[in-house]
Amino acid sequence: MALSFMEGNEAVARGAMAAGCNFFAGYPITPATTIFNNMLQMLPPTGGICIQGEDEIASMGYCIGAAMTGKKVLTATSGPGISLYSEQISFAIGSEIPLVIADVQRLGPSTGSATRGADSDIQFLRWGSTSGVPVIVLSPKDALDCYVLTIQAFNYAEEFRCPVFIASNKEIGMTKESFDLSSVTLPALVERTLYTGDNFIPFAADPDKAPPFLPIGGKTLVRQTSSTHGPDGFITIDPNVIAANQQRLRTKLHAARERISLYEQTLVPDTDTLVISYGITSRAVEDAAKALAQKGHPVSTLSLKTLYPVPEKVILEAAANFKRVVVIEMNLGQYINEVRRVLCGKQVDFYGQMDGVLIPPAKIMEVLENE
Amino acid sequence: MNSFLNKNRPPVFCPGCTHERITKGLDKTLVDMGLDADKIVIVSDIGCSGLFDTFFNVHALHGVHGRALTYAAGVKLADPSLTVIVTMGDGGLGIGGAHVLAACRKNLDLTLIILNNFNFGMTGGQYSATTPSDAIVGSEFLNQAEMPLDICRIAKSAGATYVSKCSGHDPQLADELARAIRHKGFSIVETLGMCTGRYTKRNNLTPKVIEGMIHPEDPDTTIEGGLVEENQRPEYGELYRKLAKEKTRFPEALTIEKSFDIPSPKRQEVVILGSAGMRIVTAGDIVCYAGISAGLNVSIKNDYNITVLRGQSVSEILLSPEPIGYTGIESPTVVMALSEEGVQRRQKIFKTLSPDTFVLKEKSVAIPETGAQVFEVDFKEFSIRKQDWALASLGVLAKKQILFSKEMLDFALKSRFSEKVYTLAMETIEKMY
Repeated sequence: MALSFMEGNEAVARGAMAAGCNFFAGYPITPATTIFNNMLQMLPPTGGICIQGEDEIASMGYCIGAAMTGKKVLTATSGPGISLYSEQISFAIGSEIPLVIADVQRLGPSTGSATRGADSDIQFLRWGSTSGVPVIVLSPKDALDCYVLTIQAFNYAEEFRCPVFIASNKEIGMTKESFDLSSVTLPALVERTLYTGDNFIPFAADPDKAPPFLPIGGKTLVRQTSSTHGPDGFITIDPNVIAANQQRLRTKLHAARERISLYEQTLVPDTDTLVISYGITSRAVEDAAKALAQKGHPVSTLSLKTLYPVPEKVILEAAANFKRVVVIEMNLGQYINEVRRVLCGKQVDFYGQMDGVLIPPAKIMEVLENE
Repeated sequence: MNSFLNKNRPPVFCPGCTHERITKGLDKTLVDMGLDADKIVIVSDIGCSGLFDTFFNVHALHGVHGRALTYAAGVKLADPSLTVIVTMGDGGLGIGGAHVLAACRKNLDLTLIILNNFNFGMTGGQYSATTPSDAIVGSEFLNQAEMPLDICRIAKSAGATYVSKCSGHDPQLADELARAIRHKGFSIVETLGMCTGRYTKRNNLTPKVIEGMIHPEDPDTTIEGGLVEENQRPEYGELYRKLAKEKTRFPEALTIEKSFDIPSPKRQEVVILGSAGMRIVTAGDIVCYAGISAGLNVSIKNDYNITVLRGQSVSEILLSPEPIGYTGIESPTVVMALSEEGVQRRQKIFKTLSPDTFVLKEKSVAIPETGAQVFEVDFKEFSIRKQDWALASLGVLAKKQILFSKEMLDFALKSRFSEKVYTLAMETIEKMY
């Protein structure tokens, strides 16, 4: 048996290559830089394009332009870069431009700590655009997840024509670890649906789907716009047309919510506590759960890989029979708000930590043992 | 094709607005050049110049204010066969200044038409980056305290290969735009024009006045500039593709075969405490290679300063027969204390070490009090240079059968290094035997 040995950032890059990524534009920033470095090693030999923008805003602009010609596009940054990306992300969300954005989170706010991890940006990724249109956020817990979820992210970006975030963390991105790639079944690749008729209307779509795509530069003329548009891609002020499009942007993701809910759960019979976590923290939660089981106090765990759209049914069903639900996060409380909303009325306890170090299993055990 | 203009969407500019003339001028350019509609992309952003993409039956991309050049660059890099034309007002020029400079420096084959009408027309005639200090605009006195920029001078100094300035009313406009589009590289045409809705209501700006602004010393010259001789160089996309083509070796992912069986392996937590330049991260990597060669799961985290040639360098490594969850260090089994800076960084751990922990300490390094077993090595006595202390420490561990055997270390070094470096590394290891 052979094990792979790489950091989470390299795994994101290799996952992207496996997904058919052929364009990357980015700007160096710790702790995400090595995704860029890896793409710069891997794209040129395969005929892909890898560019350093003059800043983050430009890098996202390059990605948007390339995505509109049909390229499968990746960019990578950390919190301060997401701040700069955000006007372009809004464009990509509202105008249905497929992109994969890796956010290797560091401790914020603002420039924060370049080399200290935290799940700082969870709500920012969801709400960091104007208009509140839903996005997809996937959260890897280790290098293998980085590989697999990046492929998944490309699939979702292609299917739903939207930006998909990989909410990584310095503690995953810059931690090198071994994994067995042959232990997982990789998702089959999905490509964006191309329009095949002879009357292309750039944003004409079923009410719960993304519109079929044609590339800028193809035989059929394509219009893309950041402004509020009708199906024809021209500015509109018709309330019915605006309402239908705004609704469709929500429905196309929400209608698929269950299908794109990725998670791992270990529901242990006769336990009264469910611990919900995601990302790097879920590994410490699993360690804590094992130790507690050995002590004769087992708990159940739910570790979410799809954070948005919130996997509501998964959370509801998992939590149904538990007296107590505890959410553990590497921040001072972001996703807890989603869990409390979904489990409205139920006791949901919280522990969060934001000090630049991982939450240790011992701390989680202490939280779980002290009701 | 005798016109690319969209008959269903005629220009909607204010009467007398220069933008309408430029729309027609650009249409004539495209017709004269005999381009195919599906090979043209107009990229625009916000403001009245941002309406351009809607008037033409070509590919269109309309985006966020000041960022048009960024989309255009993505499109052109992805599909070099396209003619990509960017329209931008003096507003977009101000907001997207960094992108204009970058486009000048890169020399990607794009054409930027700047529709300079000296103010923000859409929002009420506020001053822009090009508004004269003595103009009367919708920003009270603010423009009087600033100086307008001359983008043509800036573009030349930033490396643009084609820069010209002309009146939007110039009868030669279409020909000038064609010259700019034909130029292989980044070209800027700054057109000066009248915003009749806002600016010319309070400022004396007429086609005649504009003509006088183009080349004040020579009233007969209606178009200023063109090719910038001193900046001529290869086009970015072609150069990029040439350089990228030389990169033919795809770096395959590293995999390490399980090659050794070790009896009843247990979880190991290894901390290497050193300084920049001591190849601590490399030593940590080698420990991981050795672990994987025995079929163990491994993880490694490194802590070093952003100023990489100074300060501590700490590696934290886990080796485990079980899948690794938490990647932090809880109870170290091996600690290598190789520099004061490294020890300082983790001094708290020494108090917590168990009697089973093996601490390898270089003679010159002081460590806090600890209950662990401490083994001291004087690497200087072995004539081992400081940058090899971490490597030599691995030799000490192998000799003592801690973490790995000599065979496993040999395998790890062979996998990690080139033949030449491996030989040198083994010489250092042998000194410890």
